[in-house]
Amino acid sequence: MEKIEKANAEALRRLLAGDPVLVDLVPAAEAIEGLGKHHILHAGPPISWERMCGPLRGAIMGIAVFEGWAKDLKDAAAKAEAGAFRFEPNHHYDTVGPMTGMTTQSQPVLVVENRAFGNRAYCAINEGLGKVMRFGGNDAEVLARLAWLRDTLGPALGCAIRETGGIPLKPIIARGLTMGDEMHQRNVACSSLLLRILAPSLARTSKDGEALARCLDFIGKNDQFFLNVAMTVGKALTDPAGGIEGSSLVTAMCRNGTDFGIRVSGTGDTWFTAPVEMPVGLYFPGYTANDANPDMGDSAIVETVGLGAFAMAAAPAVVGFIGAGRASGAARFTRSMGEITAGNNLEWTIPLLDGLGVPTGIDIRLVVETGIVPNINTGIAHRKPGMGQVGAGVVKAPMLCFTQALEAFAAKLGVVY
Amino acid sequence: MAAEDKTTDGKKPASLLGQPLCVINVGLERFAEDLAAHGTTVQQVQWVPPAGGDPRLARLLSKLGS
Repeated sequence: MEKIEKANAEALRRLLAGDPVLVDLVPAAEAIEGLGKHHILHAGPPISWERMCGPLRGAIMGIAVFEGWAKDLKDAAAKAEAGAFRFEPNHHYDTVGPMTGMTTQSQPVLVVENRAFGNRAYCAINEGLGKVMRFGGNDAEVLARLAWLRDTLGPALGCAIRETGGIPLKPIIARGLTMGDEMHQRNVACSSLLLRILAPSLARTSKDGEALARCLDFIGKNDQFFLNVAMTVGKALTDPAGGIEGSSLVTAMCRNGTDFGIRVSGTGDTWFTAPVEMPVGLYFPGYTANDANPDMGDSAIVETVGLGAFAMAAAPAVVGFIGAGRASGAARFTRSMGEITAGNNLEWTIPLLDGLGVPTGIDIRLVVETGIVPNINTGIAHRKPGMGQVGAGVVKAPMLCFTQALEAFAAKLGVVY
Repeated sequence: MAAEDKTTDGKKPASLLGQPLCVINVGLERFAEDLAAHGTTVQQVQWVPPAGGDPRLARLLSKLGS
């Protein structure tokens, strides 16, 4: 259908032409219009408190205490149940968040500007590994770290980023792909490359040597620091590709631990949802699949722009970490995702595939036709609130999202069975 | 020899079963695996019916140009 091909060509052009630049880091209330008191943004498609999974409830209880909206976790749960908080998806506010994806007014957020189209996207700072709020953690240690991010690291990074005049992110990701990162479960190279750029500005703008040392230590020890940056890049790149009449390309994929949701360019802001699946992967010592929560997070935005599992061939080392088979099978993942995408990103290439660009622009028609659903590299959270991460793996997007989207897309074009 | 057994140049065709088999298997991999296990050269072609064989969705896809 010519109209669809033209629309998809334009959506793909926009996806590929984006120029994401890290321009700032400020409290969320300053950056995100409409984000106020008792307002909690979460990962995935819309969901009510009653249907939320354990880790998401745990994170909400913790963030309510952190923001001073509840005196303790029990009080927070009671208030949530009584409807005291307003829950909305990050995606409705140009924002993304990993796993539980908590975004509230006082948390510092990365600001990425897509200079080719003028839009901005936001994401909180990565908290590091171990017991963290993104995996549902909510104890005193988790809240103390969030306070340090808000009071020390956030302001320091904000000054440093502004001092650089903006950091172009596409070249960092391009280099990371040649250094073994896929930008979802492996961000070792990009985290280091970004720190290399930020360190001089952090040093120049810091007034406290000990605080500076702690900031450098925190970023340097966090192999996943760049994940949140890559996610913000994904959001900044996909938003301009939305709302193109006749385009069947996917503009968002995300999960809230209960539902998986996708958005398609030609159907605008409508969510197509289905029960989220359980990741298949490896568990940390002492944990099994019985401890795991179904998949969660907005992080699948990186797969939406051709990274993560779509770029698996760039990161053979991650295949074993997430229990996806042998390293030599990494290319199979990337080639398989090439079956359901409209093109390749020639700015993000994979050396092991002779410079092939990462497969980009998931076409719902190709997903339904081939039966191949997007793969997503992911972390695995404990199903109980407050327990944290228990493993990592690969999860498949549910086909039902794509068949529903296809039917709605066809109806919008006036195409019937 | 009957006329239908000859090729257009009048020569007798080589017997298919009189030479080593090279098989192209389309779809279900198990057939290819069984042949390979018996030493037959097999080229596997991955194929599934469009839309997993759902005629309703396949018809819709066809109208949407996929």
